[in-house]
Amino acid sequence: MSKQISQAIDNQAANSQISDRPIYMDYSATTPIDERVVTEMLKYMGPASTFGNPASRSHSYGWEAEAAVEQARKNIADLVGANPKEIIFTSGATESDNLAIKGSAHFNQKRGKHIITSKTEHKAVLDSCRQLEREGFEVTYLDPMENGLIDLDVFSNAIREDTILASVMHVNNEIGVIQDIAAIGNICRENKIVFHVDAAQSAGKIEIDLANLPVDLMSFSGHKIYGPKGIGALYVQRKPRVRIEAQMHGGGQERGMRSGTLATHQIVGMGEAFRIARQEMKAENERLLELRNKLWNGVKDMEEVYVNGDLNQRVAGNINISFNFVEGESLLMALKDLAVSSGSACTSASLEPSYVLRALGRNDELAHSSIRFTLGRYTTEDEVDRAIKHLRSAVEKLRQLSPLWDMYKAGIDLDSIEWAAH
Amino acid sequence: MAIYLDNNATTALNQQVLDVMLPFMRRVCGNPSSLHRFGRLQRDAIEQAREQVAKLAGAQADQVIFTSGGTESNNLILRGLSACAGRVQKKKPVKRIAVSTIEHMSVLKPAQALFDKVDYIAVDAQGYVNQQNLEQVLDTDTGLVSVMTANNETGVIQSLVPLIHCCRQRGILFHTDATQAAGKIALNFIADGIHAMTLSAHKIYGPAGVGALIVDQTVPLNAIQFGGSQEKSQRAGTENVAAIAGFGKAAEMASEGLLQRQTHTRQLCILLEQGLKKIPAVTIFAEQADRLPNTVQFAVAGFEGESLLMQLDRKAIAVSSGSACSSGKTQPSHVLQAMHIPDDIALAAIRVSFGENNTVAEVETLLNVLHEIINANRRSPVMMAASL
Repeated sequence: MSKQISQAIDNQAANSQISDRPIYMDYSATTPIDERVVTEMLKYMGPASTFGNPASRSHSYGWEAEAAVEQARKNIADLVGANPKEIIFTSGATESDNLAIKGSAHFNQKRGKHIITSKTEHKAVLDSCRQLEREGFEVTYLDPMENGLIDLDVFSNAIREDTILASVMHVNNEIGVIQDIAAIGNICRENKIVFHVDAAQSAGKIEIDLANLPVDLMSFSGHKIYGPKGIGALYVQRKPRVRIEAQMHGGGQERGMRSGTLATHQIVGMGEAFRIARQEMKAENERLLELRNKLWNGVKDMEEVYVNGDLNQRVAGNINISFNFVEGESLLMALKDLAVSSGSACTSASLEPSYVLRALGRNDELAHSSIRFTLGRYTTEDEVDRAIKHLRSAVEKLRQLSPLWDMYKAGIDLDSIEWAAH
Repeated sequence: MAIYLDNNATTALNQQVLDVMLPFMRRVCGNPSSLHRFGRLQRDAIEQAREQVAKLAGAQADQVIFTSGGTESNNLILRGLSACAGRVQKKKPVKRIAVSTIEHMSVLKPAQALFDKVDYIAVDAQGYVNQQNLEQVLDTDTGLVSVMTANNETGVIQSLVPLIHCCRQRGILFHTDATQAAGKIALNFIADGIHAMTLSAHKIYGPAGVGALIVDQTVPLNAIQFGGSQEKSQRAGTENVAAIAGFGKAAEMASEGLLQRQTHTRQLCILLEQGLKKIPAVTIFAEQADRLPNTVQFAVAGFEGESLLMQLDRKAIAVSSGSACSSGKTQPSHVLQAMHIPDDIALAAIRVSFGENNTVAEVETLLNVLHEIINANRRSPVMMAASL
């Protein structure tokens, strides 16, 4: 490791001991690994560990690794009410989404080539659908209601004779709203449509009981739930059996659905993360809801502040707020001591306004002025207090510099202005 | 203490590699795509690893795409050129491919699944692909040739340069799976004119779950996994930062320690082969060929491989019959079949693959245990019948 990087890491570690470290409120982008998870992972890392290849059938190194993988599979299944045999390991939720959508579409393409999804899905779903369009499939992208939820009638009306697959995320990564996947799933069952749900943002945050949910395929991530990056899973229902076409071929691991050497330590880490989530989810949600409400109550009295997405049907740790007349990227820069994002991490390199907020009908101004706060396991009340303070002062400062804010305060209706072209 | 002699299946994570990974598991949190400082630190670590992996392959950093492992890398190059990939690039998809008969399943299976026509390049009794064999199968519409740098079972090292030359003359792309060769022999991606190369971390004392595809910029590769602009949009998905940083360190150590590792494991191979030759009816596969300095695959006539493996495991010695991915099946290895080894000998195959941690004493123990098992069984009438 270069000196610079290790120096930077040490600095960051040192900073974490003192009170002016940056406040991490970007838990939907990724979560730190829980120390208990690290402890489990380390048992399968390093020269003195159980390091075998789980596919090695001729010696105990392989068997021990395989046993650890199967225990992790059970831990994951237990959190979401599935059978361990229904859990397929992948390299992450992006791969799970790709495998579910392309794998199911390819397998069922003789029955039809129409797919339904929503405009607020994660890029992994949207880009998989775009790929299928290039291959000759047709995709309907539903507009959500203003609160971010899908109107069930709109969904039903989109169904055609040749619809083979629907993909709707459980919890949105930007605005945290919870879709009614049971209702959507029932409509899919009635119409014999395979139903995929991206649960990367919901597992460990809300109850999931796949034994009683009409869901055929569900994607999970490790690093959104205090587990490691580079590991995910796909639930593939067994009864009745849901069929998908493998996207990666080779040694035939994961019952042929996903070849490749299983990364034992990663899988063990994800399993432990899911086990902890099952135990602590309820208490954690109560705590996060309180903190989230405190954050919102701390800024909602400011002028021209709007919550994006339904405030009630929403995961506890998420609040997405637009500060009108403040440019989101400038606000991010002004909030240097606050690690937050203006949308999904995967699209944060672009300066385009959030496509999720646009889909909700928010205008460019409001979409541009949005900040996502996602709280998690290590967020403290003190951090929320400090975040409110930073936030209020940054917004006020930026508005003082904003001509639009002056005009708004002068009572000019900005929509009535005809801007001169230049 | 058990003796691990299955380093071609997976290696133990090196302590120094683990030390590099730990900060990213423990202290540094952030998504490398995030713009805040937590994210930037992760991005720097990835770029450093890219340099280290490039150096191991004899390539440039901007030619490295990180993946979830060797299987994904092989699938990426094959699917990414086939008609099954999304055509972002204008170039026509490859419809016909030639692969050697001894490739890993992660090349053979996607080849069969994705292309209109697959031609198989034969190997000789020593496991070599020669230029003539290659020329025989190439046709005007062949778009890609894939030949592994070194075989995972026999350890046979191909001489790639004449094969690459042959492909380049015809405008055909050349891919090599260097998963087993990396860290054991020098790799020369640019100097040899290779278009694409597969690498895996967990075979070189790095973590499982990360690998790379090295690709020349002229290759019209299409993505196979979508949903984010990571790895220049060629491989979507949040980067596995700890694993990538570990892969970088493992690659750096493999480059720097290459000669030392070669010398150490070669010495163990020589010792093992000398001992094996004292056992009657032992065959060492590809004995005349240029082989990896850590791999010895052999058979004891009359001893079914799987049962010998189990008996060795009871004595706390871990070896394998061949590829871990197909362990557990009792079919003869496709690699040995391709070398025209009779099925009864192929079914007796045992692969010993040494690593940096193995010792001379462990080789001696293995030889002693082998002698014991063989003598005990040869005395039993059942085995006598089997060996007749």
